Amino acid sequence: MRCIKCGEKAIMELPRHNSAFCKPDYLEYFETQVARVIRRHRMFDRNDRILVGVSGGKDSLSLWHVLARMGYKAAGLHIHLGIGEYSSLSYEKALCFSRQRGLELFTVDLAKEHGMNVTELSRTLRRAPCSGCGLSKRYILNREAYERGFDTVATGHNLDDETAVLLGNILHWQIRHLARQSPVLPSTGGRLVKRVKPLFMLTERETAAYALLHGIDYIVEECPNALKAKSLLYKDALARIEAESPGAKQRFLTHFLQDAQPRLQVGADDHVLRDCVACGQPTTAELCAFCRMWRQASERAEKRKRYRETASAREMKTAGEQS
Amino acid sequence: MKVIIRNPKRREIEVEGKRQVRDLLRELNLNPESVLVIRNGALLTRDEMAEAGDTIEILSAISGG
Ligand code: SF4
Ligand SMILES: [Zn+2]
Ligand SMILES: [Zn+2]
Repeated sequence: MRCIKCGEKAIMELPRHNSAFCKPDYLEYFETQVARVIRRHRMFDRNDRILVGVSGGKDSLSLWHVLARMGYKAAGLHIHLGIGEYSSLSYEKALCFSRQRGLELFTVDLAKEHGMNVTELSRTLRRAPCSGCGLSKRYILNREAYERGFDTVATGHNLDDETAVLLGNILHWQIRHLARQSPVLPSTGGRLVKRVKPLFMLTERETAAYALLHGIDYIVEECPNALKAKSLLYKDALARIEAESPGAKQRFLTHFLQDAQPRLQVGADDHVLRDCVACGQPTTAELCAFCRMWRQASERAEKRKRYRETASAREMKTAGEQS
Repeated sequence: MKVIIRNPKRREIEVEGKRQVRDLLRELNLNPESVLVIRNGALLTRDEMAEAGDTIEILSAISGG
């Protein structure tokens, strides 16, 4: 197979674009796609300060890498989730990457901040780990960006992530979520920082290849909770469709964004935003979802602790009476 | 050839004889849209021949969560 640009031997084929590229032309293709998306969706410009959510995986590190290469002012934020070995290794990868390239990395440790990591939170609330984890990541990324004066938050969501979310939202007819799914979520004023996904037109396979070709050392291991997440099932289904019908994923997403979503906007966002009484972040309720979740978690943990204390006091008393 | 699959758990298998990458993936029941195929650090397209003595690495590009 030959590169469609220069005729040299190709190293990467892209059936969805009916093309194949040699290494230099592939890297150029990738960066051109990112630049085009940033421009077309008016994501940010050279003066903006960008905070990249950095997990240590291929997507976030590739995003950070490409933005830095293009000369954007991009710092990283890593959230330590406390999911065993996976989290320690993720942090190591993010830290190494930032040090090697002299990029600024901020970190937040969930357990240090809230007394519980993702695993403990999920046990306490008896809720799937991904729900508390996802909410915490979104919230903290926005909060750190706001408090540190960043203009935009950028995440490494790719075409596969976005189409998997779209499929999930359609399967459950989550109209509100469908109305909001977008590569750009503008700041609605106040403490909500603009959010963008510059890799949303590139597939995971393309991001992985970009990371590999640039020698980016990312975490290959999966979060142990990922297997329980439905997104893998949706991605697998979409990958099968894509293999039979190249370009299907991209058409699914772009036609949704262009043709279907505008019809969903009307009346979908009729709720009024106000400030969370605890943290000041915009919310439709008195407390925002993040504060509500953590309040519930600490109340439950407290209740359990009191229960354990009375139980052991009772035990000691019975033991004393018996002797 | 030796085939190392990281999906993302690592496993190693032996495959007899030579194959086109596309056929190798089909035999292993792997979707070419979801993986990268690597030989000596270089990416291989689907039409390339994996020779009997090669070490081929197949890296899953799909992550959950
Ligand atoms: S798979 Fe779930 S728990 Fe693991 S990092 Fe992703 S969202 Fe968090
Ligand atoms: Zn070329
Ligand atoms: Zn709040």
